[in-house]
Amino acid sequence: MKQNTVMERLERILLTVEKPGRYVGGELNQVLKDWNLVKTRVALAFPDIYDIGVPNLGLTILYHILNERPDVLAERVYLPWVDMEAAMRQHGIPLYALESKTPVRYFDILGITLPYETLYTNVLNLLDLAEIPLHSKNRTIRDPLVIAGGHAVYNPEPIAPFFDAFVIGEGEEIIHEIVNTYQTWKQNPSSRLDLLSELAKIEGIYVPSFYEPEYNQDGTIRSIRRLHPNAPPQITKRLVAQLPKPPTRFIVPSISVVHNRVSVEIMRGCTRGCRFCHAGMVTRPVRERGVDEIVSAVREALDATGFEEVALLSLSSSDYTHILDLVSRVAAETSDYYLTISLPSLRIESFSVNLMEKLRGSRQGGFTLAPEAATERMRNIINKPISTQQLLDTAKEIYSRGWTTIKLYFMIGHPSETIEDVQAIADVCKAVLAEGRKAIGKRATLHAGVSTFVPKPHTPFQWVACDTLEQIETKQSLLKRELRGPGFKLTWNNPHETLMEAWLSRGDRRLAGVIETAWRLGAKFDAWQDQFQFALWQQAFAIHSLDPAFYTHRQRTEDETFPWDHIFSGVRKAYLLSEYHASLVEKTQNDCRQGCFACGILPKYADLRRNNPGSHWKCPEVPRRPVKVPLKQPA
Amino acid sequence: MLRFRIQYNKDTPLQYIGNLDLHKVWERYLRRARIPVAYTQGFHPQPKIQQAAPLPLGFLSQNDLIDVWIEADQWTEHDFTTHLQATQQPGLQILSVSAVPLHSPSLPTLIQSSLYRVILLDAVNLTELQHRLSELLERSSIIRTRRNKTYDLRPLIENIQLIPLQEGCAAFQMQLSAREGATGRPEEILSELGIDPYAARYIRTGFIMKE
Repeated sequence: MKQNTVMERLERILLTVEKPGRYVGGELNQVLKDWNLVKTRVALAFPDIYDIGVPNLGLTILYHILNERPDVLAERVYLPWVDMEAAMRQHGIPLYALESKTPVRYFDILGITLPYETLYTNVLNLLDLAEIPLHSKNRTIRDPLVIAGGHAVYNPEPIAPFFDAFVIGEGEEIIHEIVNTYQTWKQNPSSRLDLLSELAKIEGIYVPSFYEPEYNQDGTIRSIRRLHPNAPPQITKRLVAQLPKPPTRFIVPSISVVHNRVSVEIMRGCTRGCRFCHAGMVTRPVRERGVDEIVSAVREALDATGFEEVALLSLSSSDYTHILDLVSRVAAETSDYYLTISLPSLRIESFSVNLMEKLRGSRQGGFTLAPEAATERMRNIINKPISTQQLLDTAKEIYSRGWTTIKLYFMIGHPSETIEDVQAIADVCKAVLAEGRKAIGKRATLHAGVSTFVPKPHTPFQWVACDTLEQIETKQSLLKRELRGPGFKLTWNNPHETLMEAWLSRGDRRLAGVIETAWRLGAKFDAWQDQFQFALWQQAFAIHSLDPAFYTHRQRTEDETFPWDHIFSGVRKAYLLSEYHASLVEKTQNDCRQGCFACGILPKYADLRRNNPGSHWKCPEVPRRPVKVPLKQPA
Repeated sequence: MLRFRIQYNKDTPLQYIGNLDLHKVWERYLRRARIPVAYTQGFHPQPKIQQAAPLPLGFLSQNDLIDVWIEADQWTEHDFTTHLQATQQPGLQILSVSAVPLHSPSLPTLIQSSLYRVILLDAVNLTELQHRLSELLERSSIIRTRRNKTYDLRPLIENIQLIPLQEGCAAFQMQLSAREGATGRPEEILSELGIDPYAARYIRTGFIMKE
């Protein structure tokens, strides 16, 4: 089915579905190229609906990089919501890309971003709607090359059979190598195996069909066997030495989506070393953009979009070297319009309040802080050492300077957490609201967002077990009991969703069967509370004779080979283990801008740094001496 | 402060966005064009722009109107047009810009009737449809229920003509009341005629204004 047929059939169904503006493309700044004038056509997909997918910065970056190449076009693909999916299936409309309305299966490459794990059943639905075989091994040279990247693929094993290749790490440079390799192969497209063996030579590419896990009797991994000479024993993540110019011609959706704004990444990576934080571990090292570059990107992007909000993104805004200067200049640059500037992830200190005050209009929203834990013991374990007094002082400052709502993020389920640690969360929230009452009376409100911790691969907590359903429910009911009444708002995660997130992120390759079965039973949009069906997952586990508790509630031994051990984030397993040990004795680790703790990034990327000198890379200089750090991560 | 009236067409694919979304599209378009739009007073200042008449989801529009107030005293129609033309908005085509007196009546109160062209997507039996239409227009009242409210559609119909198109297709030319609280909807007429309202393309082609 070609473009015109898709369009004709669409006209008859679009007005029968909710928010038809999701399905028509044609927004400001979309790039529509002539299919006959390019060599390679790439479909970039976010496996959820338009409203969630459009603001995704990762895909935005790749969309611009690819469309800058005269020999390549990139178009966008999102999943239809359930009403539109039903209409498309009924009318025989395959999944199409928004720009040209061309069915996805006519593209050369389908790149799917996976920023989190609860998108996995959507991936299968996406492939199915696109009429592409679900399994890599069943695809022919007429099918697109199906690849994925994003933070979730640091453990690609649960979805390994569905992808031809995974991109580990940052996409800005490797995307060109993938396209170039594809173009060379396409001149004489012999077999898919030839294409995959060429791709496997690229540093950062993982071709899952070239590996086979072998299991011990107890279900743990014995080894990962390599099946192809081009398959490296370990796949090391790619990173860019310096962040390239940020995208500014953002697509401006004509309907309202989750974030309607310009997003500029001011810094990538984080030096804080919070032990629960997946992003903080896998995005190392810290690289900053210059103030001038950010300010001119903001200006350019506002001119190109007309958006009413600017977000300055990073994992820890307060740690950006010139944050005060940056905020002042962005505020000045945007003072002639009624704009909102958002600055996430601020440290808990009064300086943050000063920063936010510079951002006019920001008081319309609440002020968000993330203490993550409420007792000193717990904060030492997770390595986020702030004192409760510091939090109360900051809260007092916030309320008295005009904000009426403070939002506090906590997590329950940290390793070795007791019910007293959870009670402390309630106590701290009450103390914070009491500060608000003193400052501004009954107008003060407090919103506690309490999520449940899932130990993630490639973090110091990868060895620990996730709380059981009973533990989570006990802790949540304590909070629900304590944090009610005027002024409080409490939000929490559905414990079943947390368990699903846990097995999807910590699973091995056997989980692929479970995911496929769950999808065939009807699971999709698992990240949506109103769509998630826990019973389907239980049924799928039973059909495959696997126990979800093996993945979620098992404390793993220190010598266990993990399903993701052949994926190397640049941070050594030995370092993660030493951090885990430090957590057991409640020992904190400083910000590593001040001194290097040998996580492994510096030796692994020494050449890259040497060839791209400059002060943007924020690892401290390490005195020259024999390096004790082994260059390869021990298996 | 000055007030300008923009006459424009709303083209594809903007028929698939609702009225609130269209308002946002205009706000961003004016901001990109660096037009110094005035804001309302208060805790949540909003840009001062006003559409003539809400357009249902799924409708294209020609000769539509929107008023914009700006914080300037010297701007001419030419200045305004030049700014608008320096940037663009897919789906919005500017036809003309005219200055209007600051305190003249608001746009919605000026609209008396709306003109529509409704193109049927499927072939029809023209004679039979013409017959049904004549019957409809002869009735003194057409009681219908919309959103759980009963109303009489007949007095809202000012004029309807059936126009034959190529290959057995047809279109309606309609003039329907568009006064406050008395707005005729073309898809209601299609339903009353026994035509699937989704199997049609709707274009509001213009307004009849009060003197």
